[in-house]
Amino acid sequence: MNVSMPTPDPSTITHAPAPVRTTCAYCGVGCGVVATADGKGGATIAGDAAHPANQGRLCVKGAALGETLATGHRLLHPTIHGVRTTWNRALDAVTKGFRDTIERHGPDAVALYLSGQLLTEDYYVANKLMKGFIGSANVDTNSRLCMASTVAGHRRAFGADIVPGCYEDLDEADLVVLTGSNTAWCHPVLWQRIEQARTRRGTRVVVIDPRRTVTADSADLHLAVAPGMDAVLFARLLVEIAEGGAVDTNYVTRHTDGFEAALANAREIAPSRADAAARCALTEQALAAFLDWWIETPRVVTCFSQGINQSAQGTDKVNAILNVHLAAGRIGRPGCGPFSLTGQPNAMGGREVGGLANQLAAHMGFSPDEVDRVGRFWQAPGMAGKEGRKAVSMFEAIERGEIRALWVLCTNPAASLPRADAMRSALRQLDFLAVSEVSAHVDGLAEAATVVLPSAAWGEKNGTVTNSERRISRQRPFLAPPGEAQPDWWQICEVARRLGHGQAFDFASPAAIFREHAALSAFENDGARLFDIGGLADLTDQAYDALEPVQWPLPSGRDAGTQRLFADGGFAHADGCARLVPLAPPALSAPPTAEHPLLLNTGRVRDHWHTMTRTGLSPRLAQHRNAPFVEVHPADAERFGLEDGAFAAVSTRQGQVELRVVVTDSQQPGSIFAPIHWTDANAARARVGSLVHARTDPVSGQPDSKTVPASIRPWAMQAEGFIASRRRLPLPAWLSHARMTVADGEIVHFASPRAPGALHDLLSNWLNLWTSPLHQRNPAADLYRSASIVDHRLEILLSTGPRRDEDAIAWATDLLARERIDAATRRFILAGRAPDPGLRPSRQVCACFGVDEARIEAAARGGADSVEAIGAALKAGTNCGSCRPEIRKILEGCRQPA
Amino acid sequence: MTEKLLIIGNGMASVRLCEELAAHAPGRFETSVVGAEPRPGYNRVLLSALLAGDIGRDAIALRDEAWYGAQGIRLVTGQTVTGLDPAARTAHLANGTALSFDRVVLATGSSAIRLPIPGMTLPGVTTFRDFADLPALQEAARLNRRIAVIGGGLLGIEAAYGLAKGGAKVTLVHVMDRLMERQLDRRTAAFLKRAVERKGIRVLLNAQTQEVEGEDKAQALLFADGSRLPVDMVVVAVGVRPNTGLAKAADLPVGRGVLVDDGLATVVPFIHAIGECAEHRGQVYGLVEPAYEQARVLARRWGGDTKAAYEGTALSTNLKVSGIPVFSAGDFLGDGNDDILLEDRGAGLCKRLVLKDNRLIGAAMVGEAEDAVWYKELIRAGSDISAIRESLIFGRAFCETAPSRVLREAA
Repeated sequence: MNVSMPTPDPSTITHAPAPVRTTCAYCGVGCGVVATADGKGGATIAGDAAHPANQGRLCVKGAALGETLATGHRLLHPTIHGVRTTWNRALDAVTKGFRDTIERHGPDAVALYLSGQLLTEDYYVANKLMKGFIGSANVDTNSRLCMASTVAGHRRAFGADIVPGCYEDLDEADLVVLTGSNTAWCHPVLWQRIEQARTRRGTRVVVIDPRRTVTADSADLHLAVAPGMDAVLFARLLVEIAEGGAVDTNYVTRHTDGFEAALANAREIAPSRADAAARCALTEQALAAFLDWWIETPRVVTCFSQGINQSAQGTDKVNAILNVHLAAGRIGRPGCGPFSLTGQPNAMGGREVGGLANQLAAHMGFSPDEVDRVGRFWQAPGMAGKEGRKAVSMFEAIERGEIRALWVLCTNPAASLPRADAMRSALRQLDFLAVSEVSAHVDGLAEAATVVLPSAAWGEKNGTVTNSERRISRQRPFLAPPGEAQPDWWQICEVARRLGHGQAFDFASPAAIFREHAALSAFENDGARLFDIGGLADLTDQAYDALEPVQWPLPSGRDAGTQRLFADGGFAHADGCARLVPLAPPALSAPPTAEHPLLLNTGRVRDHWHTMTRTGLSPRLAQHRNAPFVEVHPADAERFGLEDGAFAAVSTRQGQVELRVVVTDSQQPGSIFAPIHWTDANAARARVGSLVHARTDPVSGQPDSKTVPASIRPWAMQAEGFIASRRRLPLPAWLSHARMTVADGEIVHFASPRAPGALHDLLSNWLNLWTSPLHQRNPAADLYRSASIVDHRLEILLSTGPRRDEDAIAWATDLLARERIDAATRRFILAGRAPDPGLRPSRQVCACFGVDEARIEAAARGGADSVEAIGAALKAGTNCGSCRPEIRKILEGCRQPA
Repeated sequence: MTEKLLIIGNGMASVRLCEELAAHAPGRFETSVVGAEPRPGYNRVLLSALLAGDIGRDAIALRDEAWYGAQGIRLVTGQTVTGLDPAARTAHLANGTALSFDRVVLATGSSAIRLPIPGMTLPGVTTFRDFADLPALQEAARLNRRIAVIGGGLLGIEAAYGLAKGGAKVTLVHVMDRLMERQLDRRTAAFLKRAVERKGIRVLLNAQTQEVEGEDKAQALLFADGSRLPVDMVVVAVGVRPNTGLAKAADLPVGRGVLVDDGLATVVPFIHAIGECAEHRGQVYGLVEPAYEQARVLARRWGGDTKAAYEGTALSTNLKVSGIPVFSAGDFLGDGNDDILLEDRGAGLCKRLVLKDNRLIGAAMVGEAEDAVWYKELIRAGSDISAIRESLIFGRAFCETAPSRVLREAA
């Protein structure tokens, strides 16, 4: 078979340092990035001042993108059963795997599992192949874990999955409500816009979150709502909007339906302030402040994120928010509206092409007319006629053996799906698994795969993404893919061709795919489908390359995008009206039990993203939080006998992990929090996904990852230590550990119930350090260290002791980065710190400018008593700003008398 | 009238005593020194360096005759004292003359031992103790002869080093399972062995010499296991014996050495002994440091410091063996459970600290001994080291520069 291998247009692969404007790889803010390749495989990264989403700003993750371009961890060649092969053979194997399964078990026995990090063009061809040519809608995406409830809520209320407003509304609002969103950490650039609005126009910020996050700490009002009770708040708000005369009667009458029923329902849920406050575990004053502020402030934006979505009642929670904005008519006008903050860079793009199993394509569903229309457009022989399986249900079908062939692209269900341990096993039950991946180090996925395909990564790929405000931006390449890596769209088209659909997948470039996608959005669209980018359907390749960020809808004939929708109605339901939706009684999907008396909440930390396959490569990003942890309220710590800094076992019905305890009153009693980022690829015994239950929202199918009944107990660790290594080392699975990238290597933190001496012997054995030239054995301090030096450089240093030793870690990190260790220094390699104590850094706070806590404290003692003053003195907090809440905290700490 | 002081012996202890007298009791004595070697006392420790050619002859000199003259000390070289008459306070010399004294100090040192095995008297078998031993060894080294050095203690290693450096093909033969077993434990001794081998010296351990074979000169060593080592020359460096003949003849109590009290006096108050010939509290020191300490105590007592007393020297070895720092002190063996160990094979460094009840009780190290004095002091003082037990092995400077407080608080 002749394999066409279009290499990316050489004019777009810049080896000379010409700046390339592209879009950030991380969250749904969709910041513009200017990347300037250094000609050596790296690039310098700056914010794109011309991009409307960020206007030149970048958060710390975006600013550190340049540190994540190394290719040492990359998959370079296709493999079959772990053996290197050619693309031709690998693609044939995928084709055969799918074809055999379809022949034997029918099209619903195969599935694609995609990602919010794929580009729209990748997504489009994957969706087209499954729903038009294989004939099954079993194509879903990790957006199911992220945005599905918002999609469902939007569709119920608006008739289509549409974010009505835009980022400028955050600049123009007088009140910003952030619910279930740690915006300062997870969407730092938007947080900066909000902070700027606070300074400029006195915008007030209310945070609704069971945790006192850094965002909550910085708010004018924090409602530490009881877990799962957000909808009660918004139901009460709806009642008071009605009772306070704040209903926009004109708007409600002309553009909505269901107001009375929704109000009656809200009255049942939240009959009185006192009752609502009690159910939400809030004081009446705090609740009153929120209600009053909201009602008296016409320019109010209610932002919501995973705290709303990741719930078994997520869709209702979304609708509870949409209800109040519809009732007050505060939608689609400057400075107001409900606003979904998206977690992934292209969850929105995926939604547009139909990447979710319950949508067909271009915001069309599975009605016979729509199936027919899309079928004619695609000239597709085998249209799927009904919805496919949503993520959790898809993997349950895999467990039952109903789905027997799967292709996973750009995500890791073995780590991120609920019941992650069971999912890992499920993957092994498949007859056939193909994995398109960038990193060689993913947890539990590649091992289970028949075929592994090396994909091009951010910086190499070419296409478009859509951000939270419906803005389509280009991702442009500035590096050549390493090895034989190929873009995902190409892989899908090659398999489609081999399955006999060459004509329908004869795309020469992402631009050609985008044109077809745009054309489909406009196909037989009389304006009923709001997702219409027909205006982009005739872009030339050059115009596509030069495409400026633009907000849809952009129907043919219009020359500019659309900032806001729905100010004058025009909803996508057949009658043009929005729906106010009654809610189910708010309740936890699984209340705490005697065995599992706590509620586990999961989420992100500031400087990491998802499973760290990219952020884990950056030494700068590793510094803020360098190992997995669980946050526990002091009262719970006392109740369960936990100590700050010690280890605890966290168990649910699904699994167990062992994490370091952080005792903090930012948690509520009864709730614990653990970050999602660490998997077996970068840690062990810390897969938080393995704890999450598979309870899902009945409408959206989104799992409840925020309130999982859990128990916690002390997990006695006798030994703690670290390995500093120049190379990535394989480590035993029985060892609790976490990896952290540092300059010129990695640091692995570990802990064990074994005694330090015995553990050190075991690990020395594992690492082949017996013959190492450096040893320290100090039973008096229960401290053991070994190191090997190659060519005067530190190769490996293993340190095992009774407790974690930050000084020793800092010293080893320093040694690892040294080009040559001289004799005077060599004497101290196995010491617990630098011979010169001044070398020890303290915890980094501002990752952008590398400012640590000690310097901030020193500046504070020197008189810099505000975040601004610290910024003026040290630059800390003046770039991405995500550390500003922490700086404020440090300053408060300095002010308190010791 | 000035007291007459006679110092018998002109080794390092004797020279130091003269120096201390000048400092602490100037003018008290009319002093005479009688030495058997035909030259003023020299630094015996440096003989191997001289043999190696690392230093010149001048460098081992201590005090010349002019210095003795300036101090008013009468120096007699090349004469042995053959008898001591305590009652008459008279010493008899080999040339038939006699010297009277009011006080006498025995500083007669010690002599190299030869093994009680056949062939020890063959030509080509020599000891390495005196300046006089040097010429033959230097010549043999220059001619690249095969030389066996019997004895893996300090002296043997030094001799082997000097000979190897001078050009000889040297085999160091030791009967024990490790070098310097009286100063080093197995692990540190292994590092010393590697360091010695790196100097081009072959080391045979567990090698018990049964005989030196040869017709009219030494030709081979025959070992207990039946193996043979062909040689051109044999240097015996198996130890020394205190020179106690004079004391015995004078009916002074002698153990291994001449027994002295804390005032360095024998049972006869005006007869003293210092250095390698003396035995104090059951200890005969084969090292120069105790001799120096004894000389100082004696001089200070005579200078009027009645409290000056010698209470023994903490058993320690701190020296450069063939350019390799070696240090050992206290109970360097320990029970093996509580010792702190630091090894760097690449750098040839091995440090071992023996702890008991949070106190340092012994130390042995090869490859680095910069902090020897500090460790010795910690052993002597019995200080509680629990606060610095993680840093202790990295030395004094490291322990005394604690991380700054600000940074510590920031952790």
